[in-house]
Amino acid sequence: MSVTALGAPAETRRLVAQKKTQDLVFGTIGVLVLFVVMGLLLTLVSDLIIDGAGRITPEFLTSFPSRRAAQAGVLSAWIGTSLVMIVTAVVAVPLGVGAGLYLEEYAPKNILTDAIEINVSNLAGVPSIIYGLLALGFFVYALGMGQTILVGGLVLALLILPIVIVATREALRAVPAGLRESAYGIGANQWQVMWNYILPSARPGILTGAIVGLSRAIGETAPIITIGALTYIAFLPPSPVSSTPPFVNLDWLNSPFTVMPIQMFNWVSRPQAAFHENAAATGVLLLGMTLLMNGFAIYLRYRLRRTVRT
Amino acid sequence: MTMTTGQPLSEYETLRASAFLRRGRLLAAAMKLVLFACAALSVVITGAIVWVLVSESLPFFREIPLTTFLTDTEWTPVFTNARYGILPLLSATFWAAGIAMAVATPLGLVLAIYLSEFARPGVREALKPILEMLAAVPTVVFGYFALLFLTPLARQFIPGLSGFNLLIPGIVMGVMILPYVVSISEDAMRAVPMSLREGAFAVGMSRVQMAFSVIIPGAFSGVTAAYLLGFSRAVGETMVVAIAAGQNPNLTGDPREGAATITAYIVQMSLGDLPHGSLAYSTIFAAGLTLFVITLVFNLLGFFLRRKFREAY
Repeated sequence: MSVTALGAPAETRRLVAQKKTQDLVFGTIGVLVLFVVMGLLLTLVSDLIIDGAGRITPEFLTSFPSRRAAQAGVLSAWIGTSLVMIVTAVVAVPLGVGAGLYLEEYAPKNILTDAIEINVSNLAGVPSIIYGLLALGFFVYALGMGQTILVGGLVLALLILPIVIVATREALRAVPAGLRESAYGIGANQWQVMWNYILPSARPGILTGAIVGLSRAIGETAPIITIGALTYIAFLPPSPVSSTPPFVNLDWLNSPFTVMPIQMFNWVSRPQAAFHENAAATGVLLLGMTLLMNGFAIYLRYRLRRTVRT
Repeated sequence: MTMTTGQPLSEYETLRASAFLRRGRLLAAAMKLVLFACAALSVVITGAIVWVLVSESLPFFREIPLTTFLTDTEWTPVFTNARYGILPLLSATFWAAGIAMAVATPLGLVLAIYLSEFARPGVREALKPILEMLAAVPTVVFGYFALLFLTPLARQFIPGLSGFNLLIPGIVMGVMILPYVVSISEDAMRAVPMSLREGAFAVGMSRVQMAFSVIIPGAFSGVTAAYLLGFSRAVGETMVVAIAAGQNPNLTGDPREGAATITAYIVQMSLGDLPHGSLAYSTIFAAGLTLFVITLVFNLLGFFLRRKFREAY
């Protein structure tokens, strides 16, 4: 090899330039892929808006579904979704936070804990339609609860439980160890440490996880179809509040229901284009709700990170 | 409770203090039990899933031998001349999931490497929310997009593409699982120690060379786990295929045709009137059990591989 005093730097420069080009090419490919993905997301959103925005009127929100596409609305669907989400949140958040707290702060390192961990991770991967079958076989028939808001809320709660558990554990892990130690140091017992110090400090993280979980539940269709929830609901559940004592009425839990994604699926599966417009309008509303919830969660996390850093 | 230093507590004060502490300890012990019950509930849920799937599909497997179920090539449970072979549903499921992986694997790898090795921290923080937004889109919306936007568009370019087909839902599912695959693989890649990167640069590698010869081998188990978990998601995904791939069981080698997947079949049957205890009712549980077993295998493999990469560094 003829390495001259002048040749070596030239060779080196060539190699460096070659490697820089390689990096530039790959970096460009990465950005391109990102643009393709973002472009697809944008296309999806704008396609929905173009197809459906014309149908989003006050009447659309205050009408029941109908055989005539132009008069149909999502009143029973959005009320159904709201009520189901209340049940889901009330069930999934305490259970998920409790399980996360146990696994992160209490659980001894043994086979049982290991089994629970594998279990949670597997549950996160169980297809949502399987939860629907569980609800159909267990809640609807074995317990005879029927196709009610309560069952719908319960099945979605089970579905998002792993999300809440994982988010809780991550939030707990971010709590500084010093807080725990000082709380024990002033004589608090384990539960007092958790309730008065650890949980309040982990609250924003837990809240973020709960919102992400609920936004997933809002869009879930398959498990609700599987329990056999009717798609044509032209009435509202009994009101949750009443004017006579005790002012709270729980009859709505046992009412049949429909939700936004079911209504959308129902309209997508019809051949007439007029119903597809309704589906798109429902899609816009649904997408708006989930993106708002996720945006809020991302904002919360961002704020949280800033406060932790400073 | 008044307490002055140096003076011993009165008997009354000692009693009150110890009662206070005992109450606290009791509550703490009770809460520990409650929290354990919350965690143990996840095991109960899995148990309930297995119990429901097995007990409700038992009537089916009493009538139809397992060999017929697994080898018959027709699935026509509601016809007068009923045939019960799961193969058409399985083949459609794997076609759609396979196409999804063909999309998600290269794109996911490029994106994960880009985010973990190329993007500056500020850029990465700005980009991750976009991926999260993509993950948040309801699947029924993706189904609408696949059936009413992408399929009509693709039919102008791909001859022989039916209105319902496996190709387009497969591609859409690939994009759908992308955020999930990227986030797990990126985690694995960022867990590779900085010293390995520095070593690679020291011997004169470019960033690309470093990514492919150091980061990918170093994060191999985590990246593989991402793909296994992504595949399991695609197999269990319901609404996109139920809307855009059709509801006709069809044992085909051509993804341009429509075919019902396992999940689409369950949806289709659930929409009709299914008398509890009928054979048709038990078919959806037999199909569900098959789906559960497939996803369980991939989930467990993924779980152990992921745990391995966490232990490695």
